[in-house]
Amino acid sequence: MNITDVENISKLAKLKFSDEEKKKLEHELSDILNYVDQIKNLTEKSEIKLSEDPDALNILRDDVAEPLAAPEKFLEQAPGREGDFVKVKSILE
Amino acid sequence: MELHELTVKEASEKLLNKEISAKELSGALLDRAKTLDKDLHAFLAFTEERAKQDADSADAAIKQDRAMPLTGIPYAVKDNILIEGIQATAGSKILENYKATYTATSMKRLMNQLPVLIGKTNLDEFAMGSSTENSAYGPTKNPYDMSRVPGGSSGGSAAAVASGQALFAFGTDTGGSVRQPASFCGVVGFKPTYGRISRYGLIALGSSLDQLGIFAKTVEDVALIAQTVSGPDEYDSTALNKPVADYTSLLNNDVKGMRIGIPKEYFASGIDPEVEKIVKDAIKRFQDLGATVGEVSLPHTEYALATYYIILPVEVSANLSRYDGQRYGFSAPGKTLEEVYVNSRSLGFGAEPKRRIMIGTYASSAGYSDAYYKKAKLAQQLIRKDFTDAFEKFDLLITPTTPTPAFKLGEKSDPLSMYLADIFTVGLNIAGVPGISIPAGMTQSGLPVGIQLVAPHFAEEKLFTAGHAFQKSLDQKFKPTLTK
Repeated sequence: MNITDVENISKLAKLKFSDEEKKKLEHELSDILNYVDQIKNLTEKSEIKLSEDPDALNILRDDVAEPLAAPEKFLEQAPGREGDFVKVKSILE
Repeated sequence: MELHELTVKEASEKLLNKEISAKELSGALLDRAKTLDKDLHAFLAFTEERAKQDADSADAAIKQDRAMPLTGIPYAVKDNILIEGIQATAGSKILENYKATYTATSMKRLMNQLPVLIGKTNLDEFAMGSSTENSAYGPTKNPYDMSRVPGGSSGGSAAAVASGQALFAFGTDTGGSVRQPASFCGVVGFKPTYGRISRYGLIALGSSLDQLGIFAKTVEDVALIAQTVSGPDEYDSTALNKPVADYTSLLNNDVKGMRIGIPKEYFASGIDPEVEKIVKDAIKRFQDLGATVGEVSLPHTEYALATYYIILPVEVSANLSRYDGQRYGFSAPGKTLEEVYVNSRSLGFGAEPKRRIMIGTYASSAGYSDAYYKKAKLAQQLIRKDFTDAFEKFDLLITPTTPTPAFKLGEKSDPLSMYLADIFTVGLNIAGVPGISIPAGMTQSGLPVGIQLVAPHFAEEKLFTAGHAFQKSLDQKFKPTLTK
């Protein structure tokens, strides 16, 4: 992990960092990745499949829309608002 | 005995016998908290108005003889669990002014019994950490030694119960965040099987690992609360439709003949000698109670923490993408939509969430996901199989909860050394099995130490039966000094 990697990943993650923070992250993220790299020592044992886990299932309810009881309590949380709409910056420039 | 020293069961008896009222009980705890919590900082907010209303409802129910076992009992809730109309900061600046718009299913089930909400407790930001030092609102201290951490991420809830500011509390446990602080604070901390309790209304960290957890002074209290909040939920597709046993009626089952496995990898190295001694004494105690013990191997244990720090950050990077300054929470100005996203997230998140978002984004990006994420999911299956294999020969496993007692504030300054504090607890989340930390002894310097019991998937009752017998046989009081 180098500074360029940090910059590229931060773009994907929608985060920005100062040069000092980038240097610190380069060091910290490298340490963490070095540690988790031990996972690569695991030799492939493809006979274990997720489908063999009896509890790996989803319990789904019927796909029926429910009325929203009080839109106001959601709207009042919005940082920007215009009437019954959440106000955001234009998406297409 | 003073009111704050009562267990849930003892307090319930006093309430039902009308020796005390719910108003007196919660009032006494809140009064005490006002001075005590200035230094301890277990709470991010006290919900005094709500507590008054809850206590009135409880007292009315008691008067009309329709009280239930948790009616009138004061409790605390980690600030990443939603209760409608009440703050839920998740310990982050990005949710500083957020008020929950709905109530978690588990909390709804609890509230049917009319307990009394005391407040919302401190945590590491978005439950990322093992000390509460990552909270954007300052750390919680350990009630046994104010220069030490209470553990984390649910350190506020653990400290609240240990210091008698609440008689029970909820936390969340993704890698040890209930069991580790329970061990550090001398209380019982329980993490159920993945799928046992609904996650609806818990602010998501790692969705495939997160579970609600419970803190109380006794295993008996935890069993009662677990029974109240467990079960399927139409709002959580992972909450499985498996019957919930009547845990409290199974508490006095015999421990005689129980087979308890000692996973040798959990005693390999790096354990504090005093912790090791306390765990070994606990094993002897289980033998004295009639259990048979034997060594067992969980051969992929060495991969558990690495597996966790791949799967968890990948899920974090997805789960935390919703905090973008648009619909709720902190929003920083910017000239374009992209700038609002980036500025809000960069100013709103603290250092640890940013690190984990970065790791997760990296490990799930094209070209790396096979080497990291896919491999970690394979390791997860192997770790899970280690546990299911071990449970063919054993009813329970016993391990230390943590390698050391509570460490000093500021002691673990680099992220990796903090991650290692969860080395004995993460395996259970990876495998999905339930576990409980129970206070088992004290170090020479007066710090509590917990043992961890582990049960097969959906066999929580075994934890409660063995844990209850252990606690009854242990003639030791865990009472914090609350000294600086």
